[in-house]
Amino acid sequence: MPNWVRVHPLVVRITHWINALAVLIMVASGWRIYNASPLFESFTFPDGLTLGGWLAGALQWHFAAMWLLALNGLVYVVYGIVSGHFRRRLLPISPRAVLHDIGQALRGKLMHEDLSVYNAAQRAAYLVLILSLILLIVSGLAIWKPVQLQELAALMGGYEGARLLHFFAMGLMVFIVVVHVVMVALVPRTFPTMITGRLKRSA
Amino acid sequence: MKNSRLSLKHPGAANLERRLFLKQSLSIGALSLLAGCELTSDERVQQVLERMSRWNDRVQGWLFDPKKLAPEYAESMITRPFPFNGYYPESDVRVIDETDYKLQLGGMIKERKPWRLPELYALPQVSQVTRLICVEGWSAIGKWSGVRFSDFLQRVGANLTARYVGFNCGDDYYSSIDMATALHPQTLLAFRFADQILPPKYGFPMKLRMPTKLGFKNPKHIMEIFVANDNPGGYWEDKGYNWFSGS
Repeated sequence: MPNWVRVHPLVVRITHWINALAVLIMVASGWRIYNASPLFESFTFPDGLTLGGWLAGALQWHFAAMWLLALNGLVYVVYGIVSGHFRRRLLPISPRAVLHDIGQALRGKLMHEDLSVYNAAQRAAYLVLILSLILLIVSGLAIWKPVQLQELAALMGGYEGARLLHFFAMGLMVFIVVVHVVMVALVPRTFPTMITGRLKRSA
Repeated sequence: MKNSRLSLKHPGAANLERRLFLKQSLSIGALSLLAGCELTSDERVQQVLERMSRWNDRVQGWLFDPKKLAPEYAESMITRPFPFNGYYPESDVRVIDETDYKLQLGGMIKERKPWRLPELYALPQVSQVTRLICVEGWSAIGKWSGVRFSDFLQRVGANLTARYVGFNCGDDYYSSIDMATALHPQTLLAFRFADQILPPKYGFPMKLRMPTKLGFKNPKHIMEIFVANDNPGGYWEDKGYNWFSGS
């Protein structure tokens, strides 16, 4: 009799993959939009990694996928709070434990045996990822509506400040996604659990 | 055996698995990127994107507060030199002849008598120092002066319950806006930039200045203004840029 362990709830799995698609579209189209008027003159993204073909196409993708990102994110955050998922899986978290686990990870010693329990480095990474996405949505709103939402934009130093914040929040988010994908590659048995939601206990 | 696949203490096995996984994920990534390029030219995807853009027009119409003013700045913050923008290079700027210029009016407007420039200059003028935001992302602060557009529309007896105001321009550009934005207090029929009569590169003889819309929605070299209930579209809008493009 195989003994199955529940690792990821259904809502988390569905919102994870919708989010992955939305983020891929937002980043690839966002890079094309960035290239139309680079914030840093000497830095542009390779066109081959972008989506939309030209500025108008990229804007269409960006402003269509923003609904997917925001609505899916809303479902995830409400579920995470109401169901206690965040409290159970992402808390408690202490800076000391995070530093310790990151140190272990860098030395290749970090274990992730029980996939239903996140270590401190994971908790920190997922929390920062969620926060960076919220920051991206909020700064994105300020860039989209710098007059109608000028009070929001003013918190970020106005339109140009919101643009900078949007860019650096993207950088932080992409960095965590890259680390996340590398970690999945290093611990491949975590991958199917985000689809099936469960893991066969081998004991 | 538990977790032997996971343990990094067996580098050989872990490496092989890692390589396989990376190879697979790379090809998935490459596929999805390829699909992305194809997707944009796919007609059904293009239709969905167009429909989302029309939906975003409606949402922006709801978000638009006719009383909310765009931030104004001190004159010391004006961007100098102010960037040129247009669908052609600066060397191709059209020079409109002042002597026989007449602003044409059309559509749902009662008094369609054409206006000469001195008559327009004689109307009450207001100024604003506001930020122009380009659809490309950059922004610049400028000072524009002219007639409050809502005053002008009322003066000529435009039907203010109509849905759109359209513009035909001397550089073969055209665009259109919603009536709510046309009536916004900061929407100006501008004749001056930085207290000087608009030079050709900034849109002589007049430009519609709206700090509540992206730069390309602010038409220059206006030759004709008309009021309509059918959306007249625009040069960039018809090529795929969002029609409302509000700030």
